[in-house]
Amino acid sequence: MSFVLVAQQKTIPSVKLETLDGKSFNTSAIENDGNPTIISFWATWCKPCKEELNNIADEYDDWMDETGVKLVAISIDDQRSATRVKPYVNSVGWDYQILLDKNSDFKRAMGVQNVPHTFLLDGKGNIVYQHNSYSPGDEDKLYDKVQAAAKK
Amino acid sequence: MKKRIACCSLSAFLSVCSYGQFGNNQREIDLGEIKGNVSMAYQQYQEDSAINAAVPDEKSTLTAFTNILYTRGNVSAGIRYESYLPAQLGYPDRFEGTGLGYRFAAYSTEKIGVTVGNFYEQFGSGLVFRCYEERLLGIDNAMDGMRVKAHPLPGLYVKGIYGKQRFQFSDGLVNGSGLVRGIDGELVLNELLDSLSNKSIDSLPYRKLNVILGGSFVSKYQSDNSPSLILPENVGTYAGRLRMNYGKVSVNGEYAYKINDPSGDNGFVYKDGHAALLNFTYATKGFSLLLDAKTTDNFSFRSDRTAELQDLMINFSPALTKQHSYNLAATLYPYGSRPWGEVAYQAELSYKVPKKSKIGGKYGMLLTANYATVFGLDSINILEDISAESSSREGYVNNSFFMPGKEKYFQDFNLEIKKKFSKTFRATYTYFNFFYNNDINQGAFDNNNKGVKGNIIAQIHVLDLSKRFMKKHNIRLELQHLSTQQHLGNWATVLLEYTYSPHWFVGILDQYNYGNSDAEKQVHYLYGTVGYVKNAHRFTMGYGKQRAGLFCVGGVCRQVPASNGLTVTFTTSF
Repeated sequence: MSFVLVAQQKTIPSVKLETLDGKSFNTSAIENDGNPTIISFWATWCKPCKEELNNIADEYDDWMDETGVKLVAISIDDQRSATRVKPYVNSVGWDYQILLDKNSDFKRAMGVQNVPHTFLLDGKGNIVYQHNSYSPGDEDKLYDKVQAAAKK
Repeated sequence: MKKRIACCSLSAFLSVCSYGQFGNNQREIDLGEIKGNVSMAYQQYQEDSAINAAVPDEKSTLTAFTNILYTRGNVSAGIRYESYLPAQLGYPDRFEGTGLGYRFAAYSTEKIGVTVGNFYEQFGSGLVFRCYEERLLGIDNAMDGMRVKAHPLPGLYVKGIYGKQRFQFSDGLVNGSGLVRGIDGELVLNELLDSLSNKSIDSLPYRKLNVILGGSFVSKYQSDNSPSLILPENVGTYAGRLRMNYGKVSVNGEYAYKINDPSGDNGFVYKDGHAALLNFTYATKGFSLLLDAKTTDNFSFRSDRTAELQDLMINFSPALTKQHSYNLAATLYPYGSRPWGEVAYQAELSYKVPKKSKIGGKYGMLLTANYATVFGLDSINILEDISAESSSREGYVNNSFFMPGKEKYFQDFNLEIKKKFSKTFRATYTYFNFFYNNDINQGAFDNNNKGVKGNIIAQIHVLDLSKRFMKKHNIRLELQHLSTQQHLGNWATVLLEYTYSPHWFVGILDQYNYGNSDAEKQVHYLYGTVGYVKNAHRFTMGYGKQRAGLFCVGGVCRQVPASNGLTVTFTTSF
């Protein structure tokens, strides 16, 4: 018998978050039927974060149709601004899954330092790409990666 | 997908291999997963008398953090290595040296979780317990001890914590002397009903109503070290909370009570403390309303009764004001919660003028109006009660719980209009009107670095224009103007930013204090930045003058002195 050391690809740790209705949601339940998933860390006070998610929102219907991708937006707003998340999301009309990480537990577990920080998971839940900060146009590169992940 | 690494190539340092035999009968060993990040900020300081620039003896500073997290199945462990050689100016002065500032090991399943070592945690809205980190501000009140989390029944979540709190850093973590222990329970009623009725609550008639109940108890211990007073060594606080959602409406509330807790914050009075936080939101597509109210009365709660600033805080009192991101609005007159108590209200209205309407244009237009105001408590001091002979030492009487007192601490009205004109061009206009009581907030300093007396009234206009061209290029221009009769007078600020996706950005910021009453202090604070981003790596270099101001995250602020020089930062996540 021999031993084969197996270094796992990076996946999503299990952390308890909140939905906008206050229900608990475990991050290990993030999945998308074998299709790619984008996880984007943001906050209501972060302008580039909102710009990134608003720019993606303009293309989101096409992205979903073409690749089956789903976007999960993790707000790291703390108690001071967490109550702003639901009003903001409604007023801009995002169709993303929104989760609250009020004490930055998931942010810490994912090694995120500052927002915006975006991860791409392939259909099996492995992290295949991550990007920190946002410049207009970055979403095109992200989408190239989404398409590549969808073909796998 | 799993990567296979040939055993023999690693056998030199992995003794496990020596037990194996090579053959067809292979067994896999899971090595687990490593995640983490590195961040470092190097700053070099220069003398600059025009702006009273601060220069440390060392002339340069290095602040760096490395987090390494290991996970394998249900087990995880992590460390953070910190360096303050020395810490950048404006950082708390109790951070020095280099070493381990955080370490933990944890085991967790769906039903139970145990953490030993350092951890961060929050009960409810944090009114009685919140341990968190804000690395950029130097805030870190991590617990060091043990935490147990349990999920015994559907919908029921219980947490228990016990330990000491991080206080300072001196070549390693140094904890405060006080003990903190607490328990929190939360019942998500719908999850429980869901499991009892054995079908999804979504199919039941009251499905739109969500109810969550919670309660916490937190107690601290610190020995009585006073020669003159008899101090309570164990101080308990408890809190109850309720949250309800019904369709578009959410209501949230938490009330907390604390037994007598004489401390430096309250002038060592024996009065009990209490606090409440209420929130209402109505949110529908394109329209939302938010109403907040808060009162805290003698509710600062620390594991050391003589601690100051943000040290050894056990609880968290959120500032009920909006956190701004435009330079002048964010750093000159921001509000941070006052530790002795306050009454605060906030309202925010948001409306999206629909797409394809006359005003909304092709993409719609977003309007947001926000109003926040903070007052002192409606209370009467009983001065004779604070004499040494007094047995009660209550200090003051609070007349009403949720009504504002006479003294206004702060007010902020702001209005934002955001419109996208085309696929590549958008504009945002924001107006701010601040009232800032500097006798209370003490964040404004004059040309000689002395605290400004009285109230400051300031108005700010910001125009933010962004134009994208050839898909990857973007130019953003911010024009800001602040007018005030007090403090340092008027400011004009220009920020020009050019980004070339996905890697490059260049920015130039000029803050011109043209309204300063002293002509010599009418300085241009010019600062340039260039940066490179690749995936999760980010490198920036900045050079120039930085204005003194308040640097805030989440309603907690720290004063940063004026400086001139070079800043280099690097961050990465892996």
